[in-house]
Amino acid sequence: MLNLTIKRLSQAFREGRLSPTEVCRSCLNRIKKTQHLNAYISVTEELALKQAQEAETRLSQGAPKGPLDGIPFAVKDNFCTKNIRTTCASRMLKDYIPPYSATVVQKLLDQGAVLMGKTNMDEFAMGSGSTDGFYGPVRNPWSYTAPYREQSSAAPDSDWVISGGSSGGSAAAVASLTSYLALGSDTGGSTRNPGALCGLVALKPTYGLLSRHGLIPLVNSMDVPGILTRSVSDTAIVLGILQDLDVQDSTTIPAPASLADLPVDFNVKNLCVGIPKEYHAPGLSEEVLAQWSHVADMFERSGARVEQVSLPHTQYSIVCYHVLCCAEVASNMARFDGLEYGHRSEVDSSTEAMYGSTRHEGFNDVVRGRILSGNYFLLKQNYHHYFVKAQKVRRLIANDFKVVFDSGVDVLLTPTTLTDASPYSDFTQEDNRTRSAQEDVFTQPVNVAGLPAVSMPTALSRQGLPIGLQLIGPALQDRKLLSVAQWIEQRVGFPSISDYVEFSESRTRREQISTVW
Amino acid sequence: MSAFSLCVVRKTIRASCVQLANTGLSVIRGVNLSCQQSTRVCSSRAHHSKVPQVPTWEPVSEDQLPTPAQVSGDLVDKLERLALVDFRTKQGLACLEKAVRFADQLHVVDTSGVEPMDSVLEDSVLHLRNDTVMEGDCAEELLRLSKNTVEEYFVAPPGNIPLPQAEERTKMLKHSEF
Repeated sequence: MLNLTIKRLSQAFREGRLSPTEVCRSCLNRIKKTQHLNAYISVTEELALKQAQEAETRLSQGAPKGPLDGIPFAVKDNFCTKNIRTTCASRMLKDYIPPYSATVVQKLLDQGAVLMGKTNMDEFAMGSGSTDGFYGPVRNPWSYTAPYREQSSAAPDSDWVISGGSSGGSAAAVASLTSYLALGSDTGGSTRNPGALCGLVALKPTYGLLSRHGLIPLVNSMDVPGILTRSVSDTAIVLGILQDLDVQDSTTIPAPASLADLPVDFNVKNLCVGIPKEYHAPGLSEEVLAQWSHVADMFERSGARVEQVSLPHTQYSIVCYHVLCCAEVASNMARFDGLEYGHRSEVDSSTEAMYGSTRHEGFNDVVRGRILSGNYFLLKQNYHHYFVKAQKVRRLIANDFKVVFDSGVDVLLTPTTLTDASPYSDFTQEDNRTRSAQEDVFTQPVNVAGLPAVSMPTALSRQGLPIGLQLIGPALQDRKLLSVAQWIEQRVGFPSISDYVEFSESRTRREQISTVW
Repeated sequence: MSAFSLCVVRKTIRASCVQLANTGLSVIRGVNLSCQQSTRVCSSRAHHSKVPQVPTWEPVSEDQLPTPAQVSGDLVDKLERLALVDFRTKQGLACLEKAVRFADQLHVVDTSGVEPMDSVLEDSVLHLRNDTVMEGDCAEELLRLSKNTVEEYFVAPPGNIPLPQAEERTKMLKHSEF
């Protein structure tokens, strides 16, 4: 039952075949069994059981709140949750208990969804591996499946692959079947990257479509909440509930009117799929390339118009993103001074000394490094040279997309990441900035331009690890994007992780592997 | 090892056949198993693929970039005072220099006549809510989050004292190292 889609589970609840408390308990058990993944920072066990009980009462009275009533979900630990610790995986907020919930969290709670816990991440969402947080790295659940273990000669405890990031905990939570959906955040790819590496559907919605009230900001001009699920139709359900104006967030935009369900048999005959040639970047693995070609050919064979297109400024997008990100981080992180909330240093010789020591103690090297770079780019003598220059390049990147979509292209098909997930020991050989520059090459251009994009798994690599492809659409075409994604989903037959991992209910010869979980 | 590669090759042949059928799970895994060995097979079949088969990025050479910026001791001090965070080590400084060098690639792009872009919503109408009070009376709730308050005030240590000089600053921060 843990690998059901939201749609099926919701149906089972309504028909009384499963109960929310039973499912909630199974998820909690599974969280305990998969503790070594380090997916959660806080598990809200008591609250979850209480919410599940309430959902059960509603369902038994035949009055569920909606399709998410009783469905377990997880939230990245940079969304505020009322009376529940919200840490951003930083020492700075290790004891922070917000007095309010983020709008997107509140909307899920209002629908009766059951909060399982807050998930692990890179500190303040700065990273692409979920390896740089105060609570330690997140392990990719696919590291413990039969196909990966069979080709690995090392022990599971030393040879495991990263979950991707920065929403790695959210991705690991959904992939390891401890939640049916999770919220991530996506500033440069932080939802899609772990989504791709953990074999999930990961949506980065149009900028402004989902409220950011209560999402602890990283880069205001690019941040969006992201959705992680195991199927495209599940993402569509969650998007339908979360989108729309929020009076608490003046950057939200009205959601376009749309049908509740995605079309079951989407016709690609009238679809024009663009293949941006600049998305064959240096370092793209042969296997990802093969998948990209395979799906492009699949569209062509099914009658879609597939065209090679050009987004000429793509290779400078990551540079532009780097400068804008550091600049906004420098400004955003100024709020953490030890006075009103968060960590406060014992040093009290002067206000400035207290500020300095608080931030020294509270932030890791990555966060401090980005703040310093940002301050450098924003110095009076550098402001035009770097910051304004990056803003100009930003317009060129946004225009590249505009030109392509205006020419009649409906969606762009690209890889999500250069390769499948790397072993932790390899990934940490390079510093965070270098890794982010590599990992975010295909994902951050849509953040720069504010467009929607969805990453979806298409196959397992030779190593037995998921490979994801990305679809990009024009602003506010999120649902159309999901319709196309579902068309792919129906044809690639990506396996469920439960095909490779035994559940305690039915132990067989793979017992050894199930105990590692 | 040889047994393993043999097995891969065998799977390759099978996979490249079934790839066309494009159904089911084992096929997908087969395709992946096959990638390295079957590139020829794939590329001959996917000859007209719209997906570029080689990287298309233009390498940026050093001579296209401005001279690398030197971060002087004075500038380090200034940045640390502005940012209220410290570089901590020489590595921290090297990290800044690398970040700046990376950013220098922007100067390869011709942006003459291009307006800077602040927000992707620059053409959207800002939604205005009714001008009425929606929340408030939460002073106590917010003050509770602070480590040090008196009545309705946040308490700060003595103000108007500049940060100590670099050397003393390091000592102060070392003291606070955990």
